[in-house]
This record gives sequence, structure tokens and C-alpha cells, in this order.
Amino acid sequence: MPALLGRLGRNRAVWPLLALVLILIVDVIISPNFFEIRIVEGRLFGNVIDILYRAVPTALVALGMAVVIGTKGIDLSVGSTIAICGAVIAWRIQSGDSHLVILFLALGVGMLCGAWNGFLVAGLGIQPIIATLILMVSGRGIGLLINQIYGGTDPSFESALLQGMSTGSSGYIPNRLFLAAGLFILLWLAIRRTALGLFIEAVGGNAAAANLAGINARLITFLSYVVCALLTAWAGVILTADTHTSDPVSVAMYIELDAILAVVIGGGSLAGGRIYLGMTVVGALVIQTLTTSILISGLPPEYNLIIKALVVLLVLFLQSGKARASLGGLIARRSK
Amino acid sequence: MLDMVTATQPRVRMRAISKSFPGVRALDGVDFTLHPGEVHALLGENGAGKSTLIKILTGASRRDAGTVLLDETAVDFQTTGEAQAHGISTVYQEVNLIPAMSVTKNLALERVGGRFGIISWKKARALARARLARLKLDIDVEQPVGSYSVAVQQLVAIARALEDGTKVLVLDEPTASLDAQETETLFGVIRDLKAQGIAIVFITHFLEQVFAICDRITVLRNGRLVGSAPTSELDRHSLISMMIGRELGQVEAAFATKSNVEPGPAKLVAKGLGRKCLLKPFDLTLHAGEVVGLAGLLGSGRTETAKMIFGALKRDSGDLTVNGREMRGASPRRSLDAGIAFCPEDRKTEGLVGELSIRENIMLSMQAKSGWLRQMPRREQERLAAEMIKALAIATPDAEKPVNQLSGGNQQKVVLARALASQPGILILDEPTRGIDVGAHAEIIILIRKLCAQGLALLVASSELDEVVAASDRVAVLRDRQKVRELSGSEIDRDTIICVIAGEYDCQE
Repeated sequence: MPALLGRLGRNRAVWPLLALVLILIVDVIISPNFFEIRIVEGRLFGNVIDILYRAVPTALVALGMAVVIGTKGIDLSVGSTIAICGAVIAWRIQSGDSHLVILFLALGVGMLCGAWNGFLVAGLGIQPIIATLILMVSGRGIGLLINQIYGGTDPSFESALLQGMSTGSSGYIPNRLFLAAGLFILLWLAIRRTALGLFIEAVGGNAAAANLAGINARLITFLSYVVCALLTAWAGVILTADTHTSDPVSVAMYIELDAILAVVIGGGSLAGGRIYLGMTVVGALVIQTLTTSILISGLPPEYNLIIKALVVLLVLFLQSGKARASLGGLIARRSK
Repeated sequence: MLDMVTATQPRVRMRAISKSFPGVRALDGVDFTLHPGEVHALLGENGAGKSTLIKILTGASRRDAGTVLLDETAVDFQTTGEAQAHGISTVYQEVNLIPAMSVTKNLALERVGGRFGIISWKKARALARARLARLKLDIDVEQPVGSYSVAVQQLVAIARALEDGTKVLVLDEPTASLDAQETETLFGVIRDLKAQGIAIVFITHFLEQVFAICDRITVLRNGRLVGSAPTSELDRHSLISMMIGRELGQVEAAFATKSNVEPGPAKLVAKGLGRKCLLKPFDLTLHAGEVVGLAGLLGSGRTETAKMIFGALKRDSGDLTVNGREMRGASPRRSLDAGIAFCPEDRKTEGLVGELSIRENIMLSMQAKSGWLRQMPRREQERLAAEMIKALAIATPDAEKPVNQLSGGNQQKVVLARALASQPGILILDEPTRGIDVGAHAEIIILIRKLCAQGLALLVASSELDEVVAASDRVAVLRDRQKVRELSGSEIDRDTIICVIAGEYDCQE
């Protein structure tokens, strides 16, 4: 039994999952009907559904971030990319384009943002944190400029297609969950059923060695930013349709930090070289569960960020083999 | 009288040391005795237990069983700092200095905190100079360490390791990146330290150096002590057979099998290949079944030549033809497609992706060749990895182990396995046996010979002259980033190559 526990403890998937379960247990203690799910107006309602629903944008961005971090990079501009996508959607809807065309346009613009980042990092060799800072700083301004194209009128819109994907549901289940699941599967297939994942991990682990082994490291790095931006653009579509307006100043504020956190909670290292897609989703769920839990616990919202920080710190602490070893040693000494 | 007693009393006595790691018995009842004022060679193949034994001595690792006596007092070091306080210092293979910092800062920074933590630079410089003076090294201590040659850096590292009370100095592969002259400088320093009564443990793969400087030799094999004897009682033959456990005859036979293969058609023709300020244009032809050596001193352009032919280094002049096809635009990927494989010199920075498994590292080039879309089936990957692990005798419990957990020689074999897995017609090896023990060395040469017999064209860049002489059918000699001569047949011998490198063109003609 101790051997089994030991093996379990070394499994990197255990700690984030354990954190998730612990948060949920605390939730049940605070509010006994936490897991209750009702059907209202033809769709499911309840805390668990709410957590999944709200976690979708963060999870999508985090998946893209996991790919970029796998190459030893980072993308700080995801929030700005979302702002630009939102502005493009509102602008083209005001101009009367077909909404399907607008969807693809938004995704295309997102990939363009990724291509820009990829060009700076892989083409010019600028450090990722600096390269993506450029778009992070300028992106929301670009969004505001796009809003002004149609004269600064009200940027709100209605779109059956986009809102259907975001807030609609089919067979009781929110559509965005299907969307997120579909994108996750596609990404997983691309990373794990082709050699792309291996190449990304090789580039992130040792770019010089990957290059000499015949991998085009710059192309792989460039692609990773495009993939990240594509997933971010999907999150942008959902978030923009949610509020059915373009709000470049505050949409997806700090989403890059949540996404990076989700990757790290999922066991990814900023040193690059490994991609854990499933665990990244768990990381995003931990963050969202925490946010929702604090809201329903009745604590004043000011506590939200602080408690979040503490729990994240705890998860990272538990993940660190060193910290666990010294903690274990401390306990063993006490019990002697 | 008292001096006589201390001189005969061992400085360090390690008895029945055992240490196990999961799945491996790293040390099994090993004894090791070290006397003051002696240079003691610790030899053995990769994974023999040298590093583990040293780590236990220096407090970097804990023993499972056995005793360690320092000056006949039992000690049990928990940290390297504790060992250092007792006078046991180590200089590791990779120089642990900060290249961008000045020599002063590297040598004295942790010791010159004055009142209120304010550093006295005057004192620091004086301390640095004093420490270097002990090694008779007179350099500008204000220059960054990185601006000096590796040899000087090595000496600075030794200067840093030496405290006033140092009794034991462990040198782990100190000569790995030094040329002959630099090695001699280092040996002068070692002799001085020896005269001061410091006991020196010397770990190396160069047997000539063992005979040149060491008083006593201890050989480990598979975690056990094979034997320990004064250098004067051992010759090269008996030492090598102690280390690899088989007669030298086999190794020599492996060396001697050259020139029984008739060179086939030209596989690779380089004409006027070069790049400004990096490599003067050179011509080189590789034939099927032939080994061509690249000889020259460090910095003569060996590595650059190899990399330029592989396409890892862009050329600005010349043409490269492979199998009759002209190569336009150079990149490792295109070279791989054309059937060229390359093993880089520095496995850590350019060879391996440390966190990936052995299997993933081996399949990387094949996968790169077939593109990202068609992933090699898992079963195929495993078969390939198993085949390579067997063919190259890579010591590992399984193919899923991260490659950075292997010993140096086995890592080198993984780099070679990757190159071979891509089934090249032309193989370029840059320092294929650097940091590898004699046994693995012979294994690699035997394997290369076999491949050549099957029609492989091989280009080997090596700083070990004997290796070049023994292995090559032709030798291109480089000096100052220029190919100065090509030797073949009976011209290939040590003296001729040295003559050419030294610039004495007509010495053998």
C-alpha cells in the first residue's frame, strides 16, 4: 500500500486533481447542494455546469499557451488578440457581412496576430516575453481603433450564429462545451497523433539539438504561436458573443495570467520541453472552480484574488518534489 | 620522525563502500586509499562507479554502507560544504565559473564581504592574485573569465577550489577540453600541488596522461574494485585489460582492420566550400566505404568543416554534390534527405534533448526526415530503439528513461544511434569518442568499421591524433581555418600530421 501511494504521489497528474477534489469537498461542506443540477428553460443549470461553462475561454487559451510554453516560449498577447478579434467581429457585423464569413475572419485575424508573434520570436529571434509584450500593449489600442472605423457608434450586435456557439445549448448541454471538446480533440490529435508534439518538445528541450536532428526549429516555433493564437481567437469569439459587444479595454483582462497558471498547475514547466494537454484543462478547471467557489461561499469578492493566489501557491508547492521531500522529512522527524 | 609517520599514514581511507540506486548497484564494497602527495588515477568505463565514489568522498552523495576515514578519523559528510571545510575540494568536468564575471569576482567574491557587507575590491584583487600565484598563474584578474582559454579557466577553477587547508583535490576529467600544451601546463600545476603534500584524485580517459602524471592507479568496473597498483607496476596493455576486462588484442584488431575495403564511387564532392572569416574554401571528396579523418588543433576549423558539409553552417562559396546531385541551399533537413547524418561534438548542447526519452531521441531524425504528418507508429519506434540499444550496447533498463539520466558514454551512443537510425550513406562524426571510455571507444570503432564495409562513407573530426591515424584511410589536415594538406596511405602517421600542423611542409617529402 505505501508503495502504491508512493507511485501515486510521483505521478504528476495526482496533485492538480487532488487540489480540484479538495476544493470541491470544501464546496460541498459550505453549500451542501453544490452538485445539484436542474433543468431550466431547456438547459442544465448548476454550479458544476457553471464552472465548466465559464472555464471554456480560459481552457482554450491555456491549451494554446501549453503549446507555446512547450517550445520554451510564452505568449502575453492573448488578451489583446481576443480584443482585436472582438473588435473585428463587431465591425464586420455592423458592416453587414455574413456571420459565417465573420467567424472565419475573426479566426484568421487571430492567426495573423499569432503569425506576428511567431515572426518576432522565430524570425527575428526576439525573446518571447518581449516579443509578445509588443502586441499585448498595442492590441487593445488596435481594437479601439477598429471600433472607431464605424464612427464610434454603439459596438453591440446580435448574431444567432455566434451567440448560438457561445450561450446556446443543444440537448440540455451548452454548445460551447461541445466546441471546446471538439477543439481539444483536434489539438490532441495534431500534437499526439502526428509528430508535431515530439518536434515541439524537442525544440523546447534543446533547439540546437533539434535543428541538427533535422527539425526546422524556427518553423515549429512560428507554428506554435499561430496555433496558440487560433485557439485564443476561438476564445475571443465566445467571449465577444457572450457580451455581444466589442469592449477592447476590458475584455479578457489578465487571461494570459490565468492561462499561464493553468499550464503550470497542470505540470508544465516554463523551461519548455513538455506539453500536457489534459492536465492543462484540469489546471483551467482548478482556477475556475476556485473563482466560482469563492463567489458562492459568500466571501467578499475582494478576497477572491488572494485566496486564488494562496491555493495556486499550495498546488505548486505540492508539485515541487523538493518541497514534498522536505515536508515528508519534517513529518517523519516529528513522529519519531 | 613525525613527518615520516604522517607521510606514510593515508590521507583518505574508504573501506567497503556500497551504494545502490533504484535498479542499479553503483558501488559494491569498494576500497580506496589515498596518500598525501600522491596523484591517484581513478579509472573505469562509463558507469563503473567513479563518479559515485567521488561524490561519496566529497559529500555530494551518501553511502549505503562502509566507512570513510580522513586522517584516520571517521567522517560522514552530509554536504559538499562540510567536505570542503575538512579540506576536500573538487573541480568538476564542466568548469563551474561565471564566464561574464571577472577573474577576481569568480575567485574572491564569496570571501571578501567586509564590514556592513561592503566589498573591498582592493582586498578582493589581492586575494585573487594570491590564489592564482599559488598556481604560478599571472593573468589580468580584471578580465572576464570567459575571455581566457579553457585551459586558463580550468586553472582558475582549480585556484578557486584550493583553500589554505586543502588536503585532497579531486580533478574530474580536467584535460577533456585541453590541447597537449595546455595539458602540460596543468600537469606542472599538479606536480606543484603534489609537492605541497596535497593528495590528488585524477579522473581521466586519456591513458597517456595517467602514465605521465599518476603515481597510483585504481580501476573500477561495474561498481567493484578491479585493482589498485603503483603506476610503475602496470603497463598500457595490462591496464586496458583491467579496465575493459578483455585482451587489448581485440581493440587493436578493431583499429587495424582499415584499408581492407576498396573505396567505392565518390559519394560526396565538395568544391571550394567556404565562408568568409570562418573557413577558407576547401575541396573534399568522400568515397563509399572510406574513412576520412579531419585532423587539426582546437580552433583549426575541424568542427566548422564538418558542420558546413552537413549544412548546419551556411557557406558563402562553393558547390556540394551528394550522390551526383547538387545540393542547393544548406540545412540539416536537406542533408538528412540526401542521406547525410551528423553527430555533433557537444552532446549536451547540440546532441540530445535531455528531457526526452532514449526512444524519442533515437527516432528524432527519422521522424524529421519523414515529416511531422506521418508519425512513426509506436511499435515501430520501440522496435527501432530496442534494436539500437542492443546494437550499440547502450546500458539502460529501458528505452523510456530520460536521456539526461544516462552516463556520458551512453549519451554519446544515443547521439550515434539517432544518426544511424536515419540510415545514412554518409556519416559525419565530430569527436565521436570524446568523454568515452576505452571499451565503448572500441565498440564504436568496430561498429563504424562494419558500416564502412557495407558502403558507408565516413568523415571523422577528432582531436585525438591516434584515433585519426588508426581509423582513417585519408586524412585532411587543417590549420588556421584552412585545409592545408590531404594525406593518404602510408603518409598517415603521427609525425607527418604533426609536421603539417606545425607548418613544416616539406619535412616528410
